[in-house]
Amino acid sequence: MTDFKPNTLPLTGRARADRRPHSLAEWQALGGYSAVEAALKLSPAEVVAQVAAARLNGRGGAGFPAAQKWRFMPEPGQSPGTGPSYLIVNGDEMEPGAFKDRLLLEALPHQVLEGAIIAAHATHATEAIVLIRDAYRPGIAAMEQAIQEARAAGLLGALSIRVHPSAGRYIVGEETALIEALEGNRAMPRKRPPFPAASGLWGRPTTVNNVETISLVPHVISMGPEAFSGLSWTDEGGTKLYGVSGRVKRPQLIEAPMGTTARELIERCGGVSGNGRLLTFQPGGGATGFLGPEHLDLPLDFGHVARAGSMFGTGTLIVLDETACPIGAVARHMRFYARESCGWCTPCREGLPWASRILDALEAGTASAADLDALRMIAAEAGPRGRAFCDLMGGAMAPLASALARFGDRFEAHLTGGCPQRRLA
Amino acid sequence: MSLSPDLLARIRDASAHHGGPRAAMLEALRMIQQEHGWVSDAHLAEAAQTLGVGLAEIESLATFYSLIFRQPVGETVILLCDGVSCWLNGAEEVRDALMARLGIGFGQTTADGKYTLINIACVGGCDRAPAAVVGRDRRLVGPLSPEGVAELLEGGL
Ligand SMILES: Cc1cc2nc3c(=O)[nH]c(=O)nc-3n(C[C@H](O)[C@H](O)[C@H](O)COP(=O)(O)O)c2cc1C
Ligand code: SF4
Ligand code: FES
Repeated sequence: MTDFKPNTLPLTGRARADRRPHSLAEWQALGGYSAVEAALKLSPAEVVAQVAAARLNGRGGAGFPAAQKWRFMPEPGQSPGTGPSYLIVNGDEMEPGAFKDRLLLEALPHQVLEGAIIAAHATHATEAIVLIRDAYRPGIAAMEQAIQEARAAGLLGALSIRVHPSAGRYIVGEETALIEALEGNRAMPRKRPPFPAASGLWGRPTTVNNVETISLVPHVISMGPEAFSGLSWTDEGGTKLYGVSGRVKRPQLIEAPMGTTARELIERCGGVSGNGRLLTFQPGGGATGFLGPEHLDLPLDFGHVARAGSMFGTGTLIVLDETACPIGAVARHMRFYARESCGWCTPCREGLPWASRILDALEAGTASAADLDALRMIAAEAGPRGRAFCDLMGGAMAPLASALARFGDRFEAHLTGGCPQRRLA
Repeated sequence: MSLSPDLLARIRDASAHHGGPRAAMLEALRMIQQEHGWVSDAHLAEAAQTLGVGLAEIESLATFYSLIFRQPVGETVILLCDGVSCWLNGAEEVRDALMARLGIGFGQTTADGKYTLINIACVGGCDRAPAAVVGRDRRLVGPLSPEGVAELLEGGL
C-alpha cells in the first residue's frame, strides 16, 4: 500500500488528451501487447491465479471477483455439447452519471483488446464480442479499427472477436439481457441459474465482464499481481477509474487507488459548486443510495461502500450541493428507470411509473400526503432484492429509499407548494 | 423506395452471421437506418423477407430498441441528455432554449426536416454536462448553455 506512486496510472496514463486512439504501432511502442505475449505463455489456470492474487473485482457494478467468475468456465470438452465458448465485453454503459467506459473504448481500444485476448485465454473462450451502445459510435469505430489492425498483425491467434453495436435501452447492459440481445431477441433478462458460465450465449459457456475490468487485466500480467493489488489503499486490488460529476467545479474522470475518498476526489475537481457545501452524493451512478458529508472520508471501494449502506456501482460519483434538490434528482432518476424498464415483471413495469408520477407531483406541488405514503410503500415493498425479476428495479429503488430515509423532512416540505429550492430560485 | 441491391446483399451477408439470421436482425436494421435515416414498414418487410425471418419477429425487435427509428427523422438527430448530472448543471434550461429555437418537443422533427430532438440518459458526457450527442457520428457536445444553443445550431452541428 505504501509504495503507491500517485503518477502510476496504468489504466489511463497512455490516453491522449484529445482521446485520439493509438494505432497498433503507436500502442506497441508504448509497450502494448507485451502483456498478451506474457499471458499466452501461461496456462489459463495460471492467468486466473494471477488475477485472483491481484484481487481484481469486476467494475461493472457488483464488484464480483473476476477470477472467481472465470473459474466457473469449463475447460474445453468439459461442457455438454459442442461449439464455442464466449467472452463478452460489456460496453453498454448507460447508467446516469457513468462516463468511464466511454474513455476506455474511445481512447484506449488496444488496451481493451489486450484484456479481451488475455481474458479469453483464461476462460477458454474461443469467441469474444464487445457490445457497445449506439451513442458511443466513436468508441465503436475505435474498437473496430483496433481489432482490424491486431488481426492483420496476427495478434489475435485463433480468437474470433467482433464488435456488436447496440441500439439503445439500458436493460441491454444487464448480462443475461445482453445475451438475449446478441441472440436477436428483445433484451429481456433471463432467469438465473443457470448462470452464463454454464449456459450463456446460444446455450454455450459465457463470461460477461465490464470494459474497465477487462482493461485492467493486461496490467495484472505486466505489473504482476502483488504490484497490481498494491496500487490500492484497501484489500480490493488496483486503481479505479472514478468519475465525479454534478455539482463540482471541474467534473472529470480520475484514475486513483481503489479506496480513494470522496473528499480527495471532490477536491481534485476544484470542490463543490453551487453554494460550495456538500449536501449528499451518490457513490456509483444513479442506481446507488445517497451518502452524506459524514462519508467524505470513507474509502470508496465495493466493500466499504456496501457496509456504509449504499453500493459502489460504477464508481462514478454524482454530487449535490445544498442548493440542489435531492427529490428533483430522484424524480429524474425515476423517470429514467421507468422509461427503461423492459416491462417483463409487474412491480417494475407498474411500480416505477407510479413512483415517477408521485415524484413529479411532489416537485410540482400537487402531491398529497397519501401520495407520499404510497411512495414510501413502494420503496419499502419494491426495494428489497428479489422482489423483481432483475436488478433494474432494485437499482431504481436505491436512490428513492435512501432519499426518503435521509431527506424525509424535505419530502414533507414539498407537500405544500412544491420544490422549496425552486421557489428560492 | 425499396432497398438498394447493395444493401440487400449486405443484409444477406449478415444473415450468414454465425448466430444465424435472427441474430443478424439488429445489424440489418442498423444498416437500413444508416442508409435511409429510419426504418419504414416497407423496408422492415423487405428485411424480414431477405433474412427469412417473420415480420412480427423483426418488428418486435425494431420497436424494442429506442434508437431504431420507426418514423422519419431529421438530417441531424440531437440526443439531448436528461440524466441527473446534466440536470444539476442546467440541462432543462438548455432543453427549453433548444425547443423554443427549433419549435419542437422531444420526439419531434422540425418542419424543414433538419433536426429531430430526442431525450436520452445518460450520454456518458457527465464531465461536459449539460451534454448531447449529435449527428450520425454521435459527436459529444457540451457543456451546453441556453445562450449557446443558437450558435450551436448555426455552427451546423
Ligand atoms: C439494469 C442493469 C444494467 C447494467 N448495465 C451494465 C453496463 O452497462 N455495463 C456493465 O458492465 N455492466 C452492467 N450491468 C452489470 C452486468 O449485469 C454484469 O454484472 C457486469 O457486466 C459484469 O461485469 P464485471 O464482473 O466485470 O463487473 C448492468 C446490470 C443491470 C441490472
Ligand atoms: S425488474 Fe424491470 S427491467 Fe428487470 S425484468 Fe423486471 S420489468 Fe424487466
Ligand atoms: S448525466 Fe448527462 S451525460 Fe451523464
